[in-house]
Amino acid sequence: MNRPKTIAEKILSQKSGVDAYAGQIVEAEVDYVMVNDVTGPIAFREFEKLGMEAERDRIVLIPDHYVPNKDIASAEQAKEMRDFARRHDIRNYFEVGRTGVCHQLMIDEGFAAPGRLIIGADSHTCTYGGLGAFSTGVGSTEAAAAFATGRLWFKVPESIKVELHGAFRPHVGGKDLIIRIITDIGVDGATYKAFEFCGPGVANVPVADRLTIANMAIEAGGKAGIFPCDHLTVEHIKDTVKGDYQPVSADDGAEYCQVLRYDLSQLEPMVAFPHLPENGRLVKDADVVIDQAWLGSCTNGRIEDMRIAAAVIKGRQVHPGVRFLVVPASPRVFRQMLEEGLMQVFMDAGAYISGPTCGACLGGHMGILAKGERCVSSTNRNFIGRMGHKESEVYLAGPAVVAASAVAGRIVRPEDL
Amino acid sequence: MIQGRVWNFGDHINTDLIIAGRYLDNYDMSKLTAHVMEDVDPFFAANVRPGDIIVAGRNFGCGSSREQAPLALKESGVAAVVAESFSRIFYRNAINVGLPLIVCPQCIDLFHKGDVLSIDLREGSIQLAGAQKFHRFTPLPPPLLELLEYGGLVPYMKRRLNP
Repeated sequence: MNRPKTIAEKILSQKSGVDAYAGQIVEAEVDYVMVNDVTGPIAFREFEKLGMEAERDRIVLIPDHYVPNKDIASAEQAKEMRDFARRHDIRNYFEVGRTGVCHQLMIDEGFAAPGRLIIGADSHTCTYGGLGAFSTGVGSTEAAAAFATGRLWFKVPESIKVELHGAFRPHVGGKDLIIRIITDIGVDGATYKAFEFCGPGVANVPVADRLTIANMAIEAGGKAGIFPCDHLTVEHIKDTVKGDYQPVSADDGAEYCQVLRYDLSQLEPMVAFPHLPENGRLVKDADVVIDQAWLGSCTNGRIEDMRIAAAVIKGRQVHPGVRFLVVPASPRVFRQMLEEGLMQVFMDAGAYISGPTCGACLGGHMGILAKGERCVSSTNRNFIGRMGHKESEVYLAGPAVVAASAVAGRIVRPEDL
Repeated sequence: MIQGRVWNFGDHINTDLIIAGRYLDNYDMSKLTAHVMEDVDPFFAANVRPGDIIVAGRNFGCGSSREQAPLALKESGVAAVVAESFSRIFYRNAINVGLPLIVCPQCIDLFHKGDVLSIDLREGSIQLAGAQKFHRFTPLPPPLLELLEYGGLVPYMKRRLNP
């Protein structure tokens, strides 16, 4: 009789063919390996040095950080990906117009699914744990190795069990929970570990919020953040998923290195102050005047986030001292916004809407901050210089707070408007 | 044997601080080395010398998976990073590009800016110039040491594929 396993142990056992437990190192077969325009070029050059055939159906190439091309340098960089796709006949390359923020596109295009093992040369690859996948960020060179072999070594992580109870109150969501967790355990509180979410509260957490929570597992150092697959997951992916998938659930009696418990009904809107995501505070205690509000990214750029923000801002105006930037994370999100009339709502309020890109989230383009400016952002990192000048400041919050703050000109809850 | 001068940094030195996102619009090594560590120490890039050693606190390399971070340090001449702890992705990336890492609790109290250290990766020892005492650390596992000696993952794989 095998010892009981966590979800992480089960997926890595299945994909490696080894009966694996936390602490072991296994070589496992990956379902997909994804790179973006920033991490891709190093991977392409390293891959060519190997002189091997590409595992072309496992490779996914998504330009998102600096596209549409910001300047000549980024145009050359994006071209390197396009040329690589052509040279190796890789079908899963997404050109501008069809591309979006890589992690949202991995979901929209049906690559991410329960039980899969996915690696990506982007730290927020852990997002697909929201669907019950084991997915994690790797470097470019490792991605290159996986281009050639379809395999990679993994240390099977210990898991932190996060038991959820109750349901979110209005204007509270996944972002508030994950900022709460990171604040409680610190930005290295889950290093080398996986979060596994469970408990009766999971059924009350919409899939979009699960994706936000899993996405920021890395901000506590986590290797993965995994939710069980339930009927909400199946419903979320049924129209888009590619191929079959095998949901994986934890065994009763599996071993966890730590247990955290949260009552969702007790959570309040949170904001993470500069310059670490662990600096979470209650929004009601914040007193911060802002210059910019930014809604988008792999963390909170989904249609559900757009609906929440639109409901807050509908019939109101963006504060005259604020630029409100709305950046849908993928063409699918963009189209849904059009169809649901959300573009109208944001434009009526005086927001700027752009096509999908990572853009200003990483300080790339499309909304960079000047010295001394402050931005409330639905993104995932508030490090020094993250969105622009090293003396600018980023405050992380969920979509409801971002929209409310765009109206108020300072960081507030929707109920404060 | 690694021998070099110490540069000190604190806790949670993230990969945006090592090389900011604004310099990732193309993969140009001279741009990376010109701006390495810029937002935490604007004088680092101009003054770092081959063989220098970074000594830092907890969670070095947290944040983005950008391999440009360990590459920028290595290409600038940094011979090793000694830290109380490392983030997971940075740890893998550094080894994969051939930049040695050493986990050494309390290193921040032991070694200070300008100190000269000698590091033996196989023995697991750090010696401060002029001092008799060795500070011990757990050496990397043999397969990772071998990988470093080849200069990283790709040279290692090539050798394995074409012995």
